[in-house]
Amino acid sequence: MIEILSYPFMQRALLAALLTGIIAPAIGTYIVQRRLSLLGDGLGHVAIAGVGLALLTGQAPVPWAVAVCVVGAVTVEILRQRGKATGDVGLAILFYGGLAAGVLMSGIAGQGAAALSQYLFGSLTTVTGSDLMVIGVLAVVVLVPALGLAPQLFAVSTDEEFARTQGLRVRLYNILIVVLAAVTVTLAMRTVGLLLVSALMVVPVAAANNLVKGFYAGLLAAMVVGAAVTVGGAVGSFYLDTPPGALIVVLAIVVFALSWPYSALVTRRRRVAPVLPELADDDTMTLHTEVPETHPHKHGPDCEHPSVRHGDHTDYVHEGHRHAAHGDHYDEH
Amino acid sequence: MPLTPPATEASAGPVLQIEDLSVLLGGLPVLRGITMSVRAGEAVALLGGNGSGKSTLVRSALGLLPSERGSVNLFGQPLARFRSWSRVGYVPQRSTAPSSGATVTEIVASGRLSLRKPFLPRSARDRAAVRDALDLVGMGGRSKSDVRELSGGQQQRVLIARALAGAPDLLVLDEPTAGVDLEHQQVLADVISARVSAGLAVVVVLHDVGPLTPLIDRGVILRDGRVVAHGPLPEITANAHRGAGHFRTGHEHVDPERPDGWLDGTVDR
Repeated sequence: MIEILSYPFMQRALLAALLTGIIAPAIGTYIVQRRLSLLGDGLGHVAIAGVGLALLTGQAPVPWAVAVCVVGAVTVEILRQRGKATGDVGLAILFYGGLAAGVLMSGIAGQGAAALSQYLFGSLTTVTGSDLMVIGVLAVVVLVPALGLAPQLFAVSTDEEFARTQGLRVRLYNILIVVLAAVTVTLAMRTVGLLLVSALMVVPVAAANNLVKGFYAGLLAAMVVGAAVTVGGAVGSFYLDTPPGALIVVLAIVVFALSWPYSALVTRRRRVAPVLPELADDDTMTLHTEVPETHPHKHGPDCEHPSVRHGDHTDYVHEGHRHAAHGDHYDEH
Repeated sequence: MPLTPPATEASAGPVLQIEDLSVLLGGLPVLRGITMSVRAGEAVALLGGNGSGKSTLVRSALGLLPSERGSVNLFGQPLARFRSWSRVGYVPQRSTAPSSGATVTEIVASGRLSLRKPFLPRSARDRAAVRDALDLVGMGGRSKSDVRELSGGQQQRVLIARALAGAPDLLVLDEPTAGVDLEHQQVLADVISARVSAGLAVVVVLHDVGPLTPLIDRGVILRDGRVVAHGPLPEITANAHRGAGHFRTGHEHVDPERPDGWLDGTVDR
């Protein structure tokens, strides 16, 4: 375990992975809250156009990808705000226009698909010192507003109209969210790659929602899950000799899959039984109706029938009517 | 926050003044020439059937919808220049906040944002105000609950606490009693009426007046985007009943005494 830290390329890879793992779920939390889970994917495709442009002009890909991606994100957000394009049509145009333009430009540059593929699927182990520097700066650029403006971004992404009556500049905050998402996508293109970055923005958030309660707890838990799966994936891929991006995403999905039964167990325990008031003219006292059907089991907290608190006792909903225990039989309530 | 007039000065003029307001939605006139005003310490009910324009009126009064003609003044300032949003509390009819997976406290804390500066953490006063607002609506015991675990009526009370958390001078409620059982409608009425005597101005959109009746100073009845009656409640509702029964048409009335009525409020999801 320690030995891999002795390779400088692995040190850089692990740091880059860790930064991506922290940032992507942080901004992803707002994206998921705004029901724009696929935005990251669309932006990933747009960034491909930026990479293609850089290959064509022979310049560094990251700044170009950032610029093109931010312009694309802001355009789509403004179209959405003006009501000119519905969310899904705007995203579809982003997807295919960006992807096609990127492949086209890299083809014209004579580099073909091979040059693009290290950005499409990431190439963590080839991260250089200066790459790491850029990733570090971008990480700070994303993390400071994503955490510092958390209350504002939370209000805007959960209840836009109320946020406006709090005097928040909702349009600006919405643009900020997509710009941060665009920067995150390009930041992640060397680690998980542009095609899988959206997974890192969404899956840890979904897992965190199953594991903890509340928005801020969810935000932090998503960042922890993100950091764990990216570092885990980077280390794992070193030993298994697999593409790190794919392993990171598979690990994230495994965490999500494990969080699911956990959440089901906890909410089941936490679920409060509904309360039905006993009506003043309740006729259960006068009309004693014994349930005719036989029960293979005894109703209780562990049986599959939903329970309802009814006055001073508990009824169990049984095929559309309520059963209340009465001595050795059940009454119809 | 620029130029907030002192409370005493503001109480002289109307808190909310709407003049000749017309609003188009999808090219159709939804409000046509509405004029009304609300003063400090006054509670005004907006009544009328579905599609009469009640919600559109409160939403355009808060600048959430663009208007075609006319003007809205909040605390003596034209809506476009109004910045003292901490003086306004809004309870929307439908909010996406309850489905967000946030806790009760997190939702209510949003009601303090007009008073907070970006990048600064919540102050002790913010925390206290959130606690007080939750206690007011009787939800203090559920502050850490996931809002999705609450019943519709409890969620509604959380949204009211959010609107009260900023200690507003104008409270705008869009059907706050929908899904709230009679007992808690009474709790709300008590909370709001205590605030009204302290100078709070209230605009409330209502389907049924119910336990809020004693609190309401005036009613404004809308029909097809126009004010058809205006004045003290018993009078105008009676007149509206006599006048071809328009007030009562177009929407369903659920008698809260009926056994299914309690299903709305008391039964947790």
